[in-house]
Amino acid sequence: MGRTDSEAVYLPRFTRTERAVHWIHASAFFLLLATGLVLYVPALSQAVARRPQVKELHLLTAFAWIVALGLVIALGDRRSLRATVSEIDRFDADDLRWLRGKKAPQGRLNAGQKLNAVLTSSFALLFAVTGLLLWLGERDTRFRLGSTIVLHDALMYVSLAVLFGHIYLAVVNPRTRHSLRGMTRGDVRRDWALEHHAKWVEAGSPHSSARQ
Amino acid sequence: MAPEPEDPGTRTYGRRAFVALSIVGLSSLAWARPVWDALGGVSSPLTSALPAGIVPSGGWRIYTVASSMPTFDPKTWRLRVEGLVDTPSSFTYDELRSLPRTEQVSTFHCVTGWTVEDVQWAGVRLLDVLDAAGPREEAEVLAFESAEKPYVDTLTLEQAQLDDVLLAYELDGTALPREHGAPVRLVIPEMYGYKNVKWVERIVVTASAAPGYWEQRGYDTDAWVGGSNGL
Repeated sequence: MGRTDSEAVYLPRFTRTERAVHWIHASAFFLLLATGLVLYVPALSQAVARRPQVKELHLLTAFAWIVALGLVIALGDRRSLRATVSEIDRFDADDLRWLRGKKAPQGRLNAGQKLNAVLTSSFALLFAVTGLLLWLGERDTRFRLGSTIVLHDALMYVSLAVLFGHIYLAVVNPRTRHSLRGMTRGDVRRDWALEHHAKWVEAGSPHSSARQ
Repeated sequence: MAPEPEDPGTRTYGRRAFVALSIVGLSSLAWARPVWDALGGVSSPLTSALPAGIVPSGGWRIYTVASSMPTFDPKTWRLRVEGLVDTPSSFTYDELRSLPRTEQVSTFHCVTGWTVEDVQWAGVRLLDVLDAAGPREEAEVLAFESAEKPYVDTLTLEQAQLDDVLLAYELDGTALPREHGAPVRLVIPEMYGYKNVKWVERIVVTASAAPGYWEQRGYDTDAWVGGSNGL
C-alpha cells in the first residue's frame, strides 16, 4: 500500500454505544474502588474519617452506575450491543489456541478480551448482589449473611488484579496500547489491526468505510 | 438482520463461563465464610505479610458514624458516671488507670461478618467503675455514650456483671489507638462489636433502655454473638 503514518487508514472498532458502556463502567468502578477502599482500609478510614458521607457516595455511585447502564441500553444502539454480546459469547478454534498461548489469528476481540468481558459482567452482577445484600442487611437482619462481605472483598481483590493487567495492556505495553484509541476515538490503525485482529480486518468490519 | 452462518468450530463458551462464574459466586454466599475461616482468614501468611494499615490489619475494620473521630486530650478528658447512682462520679484518665488493672484475651465479632481472634485487652472491670458511683435499687440499664456523637448503646446491669466486661484502655500491649476508641472503649466479647462502644465518655444509669444507635436502625438490643441479629 505504501502509505506513510500520516495517511494511515483507520478502521472503526467500537461504536459510541460500546464506548459509553465501557466508560460508564470504568468511571463507576474507579469511584466505587476509591470510596470502597476508604471504607475498608484502616489507614484510609482513619485519614478520611467521614465514613457516613463516603458510604453515601459509594451507594450513590452504585445506583448511578446501574441507572446509567440502563439508560445506555434503553437509548443506545442496541443492535450493536447485541452483536457485541454474541461476539463475546463465541469462541472458535483459533480463540482456544490463542488461550493456550499459541499464535492464532483473532477477530475484533481477541479471546483474552472476550474472557475479560465475561469476567467483568459476571463480577458486576456479583458486586451488585452482594452490595445490595450489605445494604439490606443494615436494615433487616434476614438479609445479613456472614459470607456477603467475604465475597464483596474477594471480588474487589480479583478485580484489582484484572484492572492492573487491563491498564498495562491498554496504556503501558507498546505493542498493545494503540488499542486505547479504539476505546477513546472509536477507531484503530489498519496495519495495527492486521497484526492483532487479522480475522476482523480480513472479514471486513461491517461498519467499515475503509477498504483496500 | 439474518443470523450469521455458524462456524462449525464455534462454541458459545462466553455465556457458559458467565453463568458458571455467576453461579459459583452466588453459591459462595453459602460457603465463602467457612472456607475463608478454614484457610486461616485474616491471619493467613498472605495477609499478615502485608504492612499494617494497608489491608485491614489483624482483621480490624474501622467503623465510625460521625464525620470525624474524637480526639483524646488527657488534660480535659473525663469519664462520668451519672443517673440513678448514689454519687455521680467523674474519673480522669490517670484515676481510671489507677483502678485495679485486668487483662483478657478474647475474640471480637462484628455483626457484618468479620472477626478478630486473640485480641489482648487491658483495662478496668466495668463493675469497679460502677461500684464507685453506687447504682441505686431501681437501676436496670447502663447507657454508654460515645464522644463520637450521636453514638450510644446500652447493656442491662445483669449483662454488665459478666466477668469479661471491661472498660479497655490498652489493645495488644499499647494504649488504645484513636481509631479503636481512645482512650477508653467498652469491651463485651459475648456481644457483637456495636455494643462495644468506642470513645466512651459518659455512662448513664437508668431504669429502662432507650434504643442505641444501631438499635434505632433495626439491630437487636441483646446482641449475643451467634444468637441475635438473624445469625
